[in-house]
Amino acid sequence: MEELLSLLKQNARLSNEQLAVMLGDTPESIAKKIEEYEKKGIIKGYSVILNDEVVSKDTVTAFIELKVTPKRDYGFDDLARTVMMYDEVESVALISGDYDLAVTVSGESLKNIALFVAERLSTIDGVLSTATHFVLKRYKEKGIFIEKEVVDERSFISP
Amino acid sequence: MINYDNVLSEKIKTLKPSGIRKFFDIAQTIDGVISLGVGEPDFPTPWAIRSVAISTLEKGKTVYTSNSGLLQLREEIAEYIKRKNNLEYNPHNEIIVTVGGSEAIDISLRTLINPGDEVLIVEPCFVCYAPIVTLCGGIPVSINTKVEDNFKLTPQILKEKITDKSKVLVLPFPSNPTGAIMTREDLLEIVDIIKENNIFVLSDEIYSELTYGRKHCSIAEINEMQERTIIVNGFSKAFAMTGWRLGYLAAPEPIVTQILKIHQYAIMCSPTVSQYAAIEALKNCENEVEKMVNEYDKRRRLLVDSFNNMGLECFNPEGAFYVFPSIKSTGLSSEEFCERLLFEQKVAVVPGNAFGESGEGFIRVSYAYSLKHLIEALKRIEKFINSLKKD
Repeated sequence: MEELLSLLKQNARLSNEQLAVMLGDTPESIAKKIEEYEKKGIIKGYSVILNDEVVSKDTVTAFIELKVTPKRDYGFDDLARTVMMYDEVESVALISGDYDLAVTVSGESLKNIALFVAERLSTIDGVLSTATHFVLKRYKEKGIFIEKEVVDERSFISP
Repeated sequence: MINYDNVLSEKIKTLKPSGIRKFFDIAQTIDGVISLGVGEPDFPTPWAIRSVAISTLEKGKTVYTSNSGLLQLREEIAEYIKRKNNLEYNPHNEIIVTVGGSEAIDISLRTLINPGDEVLIVEPCFVCYAPIVTLCGGIPVSINTKVEDNFKLTPQILKEKITDKSKVLVLPFPSNPTGAIMTREDLLEIVDIIKENNIFVLSDEIYSELTYGRKHCSIAEINEMQERTIIVNGFSKAFAMTGWRLGYLAAPEPIVTQILKIHQYAIMCSPTVSQYAAIEALKNCENEVEKMVNEYDKRRRLLVDSFNNMGLECFNPEGAFYVFPSIKSTGLSSEEFCERLLFEQKVAVVPGNAFGESGEGFIRVSYAYSLKHLIEALKRIEKFINSLKKD
């Protein structure tokens, strides 16, 4: 990955000045590159990684496996596009293996999610079966440790 | 009751404890300190290396190795030096695997020094050389490098300190604490003086992998200097293996044969598990080193720029993982600066004079920390500097 992107992925709040210094570039040129990435759709957006256990205690998340049968003129892509239109759906991916679509759904309660799956997802034409797995605890998200910071065991000062 | 004063060696009693230690003790008593004071990588040892160590233990390879280390490791080291420096060392009798670079320095100096010999030490530098020289009955002679020379050893300052008693030159580049390096051109300027005065070189190259922009050059590479050089290196800094305690030295056979005697009596052999792990490091982990160097480089640029912007003039270091900004503009001494920074903003950095008199007026700041940590620490240091301006 390009150095600029990999730095932004680690921390999107680094200023253009900081990025420029670290990459031996100018802030103006960094701004221009980021704009290019945004225009080309390489950078899709900027978001914050929250510790949901603290911020929204009542939010429930589930990973849902969907088995689907693609049909003539209505393939995986079309099915995925139908699934992703729901606001409750946070992510959709086509994957290899035992099932086809991996869907992340968030809601206010287990019941809400269960109902959403039963009423909305499983009824989509082409969906053969679903399996819902509720998230109990998160340990790491986008490369960041959620649970607690890794403790630096090095002594304060060493020669 | 026993009088311990009578028990202790006079030499040891007069030996000063490391200046770093004192500061460490203060830092430990304060809550919420963030430190930029360490001299070891923040990365864990690459997994491939750790996993070899685990399987070594599983296989029960837990006995002594030969005194000078596993032959396979010495062969890898010879191969590595050939690759990096284009120098030939015989793995059978010109390389010893040691307990960190520290042991290599210790036993090398002990092998070379007769009482009364003068040992030239390029300062500011790592803290161990002068005390070891003193213990050997030698006389440590400081060569003070200057910021205007980018903390390099210049022919002028070298010549000034040479006497007919000068025997050994300790050449520690890339430098802890300054981050200075000696390029091939810089070394070319001093080798003739070294030869004319029949001086032997202890080249501490522990930071050789951590250079930014150009490759490290060993003095042994230059004009027959190999015959009068001991190269000290190790796995701590390059492969993030500080706790494994593994280093090595390479030197001509007549020297190594003598050094090996001390190593045999004092150490027997280096830790066996670490030795197996080190084989993996040399064979398969060069790209891991490259990744770490790449990370360090970004942090280095950020720190140099930030200190210069704060008004603490910071020379551009090309090696190791330290920056060495000048704090002279604040009017404080190194120790005053560090103590006040510690008490007022809870940031620990190391006073430059802990690395020799010529470090006075500077502080050593390590960037072996995550970007997040560095940015927070820089904010605090800036607050501190601004509060000084208001005083």
